[in-house]
Order: sequence, then C-alpha cells, then structure tokens
Amino acid sequence: MAAVQMSEAEKVYIMHGVQDDLRVDGRGCDDYRHMEIETDVVSNTSGSARVKLGLTDILVGVKAEMGRPKLEKPFEGCLEFFVDCSANATPEFEGRGGEDLGTEIANTLYRVFDNGCSIDLKTLCICPMEHCWTLYVDVLLLQCDGNLFDAISVAIKAALFNTRIPKVQMIEDEEGTKEIELSDDPYDCMRLDVENVPCIVTLCKIGHRHVVDATLQEKACSMASLLVAVTKKGTITCVRKVGGGSLDPESVFEMIETGKRVGKALHTPLQEILRKEESLGKKRHKVGFLG
Amino acid sequence: MCSRSLNPRVISRAIFSPFLSSKALVATVVPIRIQPVRGARSKCLHDRAVLNCQYSMATFSTAERKRRPHGDRKSSEMTLHLKQTFEAAILTQLYPRSQIDIYVQILQADGGNYSSCVNAATLAVVDAGIPLRDYVCACSAGFLEDTPLVDLSHVEESSGGTQLSLALLPKAEHLALVEMDARLHQDHLEGLMDAATRACKDLHAVLDRVVREHLQEVSTQLGE
Repeated sequence: MAAVQMSEAEKVYIMHGVQDDLRVDGRGCDDYRHMEIETDVVSNTSGSARVKLGLTDILVGVKAEMGRPKLEKPFEGCLEFFVDCSANATPEFEGRGGEDLGTEIANTLYRVFDNGCSIDLKTLCICPMEHCWTLYVDVLLLQCDGNLFDAISVAIKAALFNTRIPKVQMIEDEEGTKEIELSDDPYDCMRLDVENVPCIVTLCKIGHRHVVDATLQEKACSMASLLVAVTKKGTITCVRKVGGGSLDPESVFEMIETGKRVGKALHTPLQEILRKEESLGKKRHKVGFLG
Repeated sequence: MCSRSLNPRVISRAIFSPFLSSKALVATVVPIRIQPVRGARSKCLHDRAVLNCQYSMATFSTAERKRRPHGDRKSSEMTLHLKQTFEAAILTQLYPRSQIDIYVQILQADGGNYSSCVNAATLAVVDAGIPLRDYVCACSAGFLEDTPLVDLSHVEESSGGTQLSLALLPKAEHLALVEMDARLHQDHLEGLMDAATRACKDLHAVLDRVVREHLQEVSTQLGE
C-alpha cells in the first residue's frame, strides 16, 4: 500500500492529539469516517456493492456459479475470495505489483469467514456431493486511503445482502439421470442470510491509545495494528495482528474489547441502511459511478 | 465525469459509460521522471515521453467470471492498441525523458470495451492537462444482415459477424487505429467505415460538450 511520508513533527502532533482523544480531522478515537454504501452497481453480477470510506473506494462483485462441493464438505456450498488491487489506486499496483497485498487480504478474508456461523453454506447445496453453488466474491480496490479491511468487510456484507441466487430444482428421471431445472421466473431468487456476517474492525496502536479507522497518516505513526472480525452478536471470528511493532498483551485485550464494542455498533445501522435502500426499489436514485 | 484523486501523482480520473452497459474507469498519471526501479524494460527516450498503458478487467465485469484481471493475451493486446492510439494523439515531444501512465479498469463489460477505454482515457488525459492533438473518439461497428450497425453490444459481437473498431481524431479525420475481424466484402467496407466515422464524430460532440461544461463549472467555482 502506498506509504505516506511524514515528518517527525507531524507524527508527534498526531500522537499527542490521539492521547487527548482528538484526531486531526476532529474525530474521537472510536469514530468512523463518513461512509457511503451503494448496492447493485454492476448488473453482470449476482450481487454487488460499492463502499466509500473517506477516500477509500472498494467495489465488490458476487457471482454465483454452479460447481462441485468440496470432498470434505459434501453438504455445503463454497465461498471463494479474490482481491484485485487496481492500478488506479496507486501506480505501484501495476502489473503484478498489487498481488502481494491482494493475496494477504484474500487470505485474511478466508480466515474470517471460515467458521460455521457467518454464512450458512448448507443453503448453497443443490445436490449433496454433486452440485452446489460456489459464490465468487471479487473485491476491487479502486482507491486506498487507509483502513482497507473495514471497508472491504462492509462491502462484502452489503454485496452478499444484495446477492440473488436463482432457484433451482433437481429433477430425477425414471432412468435415474438427474437434471437441474431453472425456475422460469427470472425474479424467483434465493437470498442469503447475512445477519451473522462479521465486520472487520482495524485498531491501530498510536502511542498509548488505539484508534479505529486510521487514515494513511495515522497508520504511518502507528507501529502495530490489530484486526478483529466481529459479528452482530459480539462473537469474534478472527483476530490478527499486523505491522512490524510489538503489542503488550494487556493492550491487546483492551483493543479487542474496543473492537467488539465498535463492531457490534456497526452492524445495526448497516443492516438498517441496506433494508432502507432495498425498500426504495425502483424509486431509488442510482448514483453508480457518476457521482 | 472526472474527479480528483487522492494520490498526488494521479491527477485525473474519468469514467465513461456508454448507454450504461459498459463502464470503463480510467486513471491518468501526470508525466513523471522514469525511475530505474520501475520496470527494467521501460526505456527512457531522449526526445519524447514513453507511454505506459495497462488494460485491466474486473473479474466480475463479464457475464462469465474472468479468472485473471490482466496479464492474459487479450489484455496485453488491448494494452498495445491503447498505447498505439494515444501515441498518435498525445504530444509526447513536449515531455522528453518522462513517462505517462494510463491505467484503464473495466468495471462492467457489455461490448465496445476498446471504445469505452479510448473515450474514457481521452477525457482523463484532457482533465490531466496533457496536450493532445485532438480528441480521440472510438466506436465499434459491425455488419449484420446487410446493415451497418454502430456500437455493438456483447451479444452482437459474439454473433460472429464482422466487427470493426475505429479510433478517430475527429477534426482532421485521421485514423489512429483501425481493426477489423471476420470477413467482409470489399464493397461494404466504405459504408461501414463511414458509419463508424459518423458515430465517432457524434461522440466527439458529446465529449466536447461535457469537457466545456465541466470547465465552466470549475472556472465558476474558482471565480467565486
């Protein structure tokens, strides 16, 4: 990710501000920046969402394809993640430059979602051991301004909420050959239950305190960060420390508590906004990319 | 149409969306010094700027999911086409020993990918303030059932008929790029190219209007 060059004086200024619970843009240590969410932006997908957190711009597309279930989980569908860092964000992502960051984010997402409770994969099963829905969740980074994981997790939750999977039925002939029949009505779809999809909260340790939703400048002042993936009920699905510095165990527990509190508080307004957007239906003013 | 970007080296971004079916997002980087670290193959030219393009498609942009966003043969070919097109239009002699980066990201593809890229990149280059000989307007055209069709959708492109891609510098009516697939009788070629040229000129009118409107808005804001 593009690193910002900062002078020592600027770093000290930020650290002193954070100690007094006042950040450079006036936020408190637990406040998020202005977030904009829009779903159904790409029509070629089963579900899509675009999230703008400050200047960070993330686009997520979900495509549902039929495939074979994994051998060790024959009654479940699959969830595959792919993160593409576009060269639009920074020229360093040109060619294969963004692959490292993309792989790191994708691996973290696999860990966050690899538990029985986030998404009920059994609903994606069509015929055990033979056919299942594979959801390809593709994340596209259009602009990076710090706090990628949080924005990506919110975008994934919104995109999965927006996903519409066509309803299929297995029909068996007298000879025993199975056929998959697609419903005639194109609007006859299955929706996913995203109540338990976790949101990632990144906490950056600056000085003796930690901040939520750090900008690139604040990230440059911090030595280490903690990623906490929290569900609506407060269950933690993944904790990961990133960064070169070391963290004191007590501060880790403090950061986890803050992450839990902030994460839990994030889900309710998010769900409300998604439901409100959907209830507007055709009357919704689509902004898309021209805004 | 255009928005300022965060990274100070990226000075303009433009979005072109023809009939809301294909969407291309383009970013242009202001001429910068070539650093030896960035790409061993980039050669520094003593008398003009090097144009560096990248064409990338989002994996969810096409109806069938695409495995690799860029690096495959089609993307490399498109990259070369874009480079050729813009080398004809940008006044690279004004920026010796520099590099101009044009990164195109396709968000949604429904035919006319090359044209969307060129049109979006033209807007981005205009917004970046890089001198151009003329706008570059591109359009695709095809021949189905003895009728020339302009701006083919994905369904029309994959029907197997003739497909012509044209990039035009409208004022002088110079062609920056012409590419045709499949067979076409010689007699029909002129008609097809005329149709494509007319479409490009229409596009030129639209692009020009958008640029002037944007400029008026910006100058009004600055004036206040």
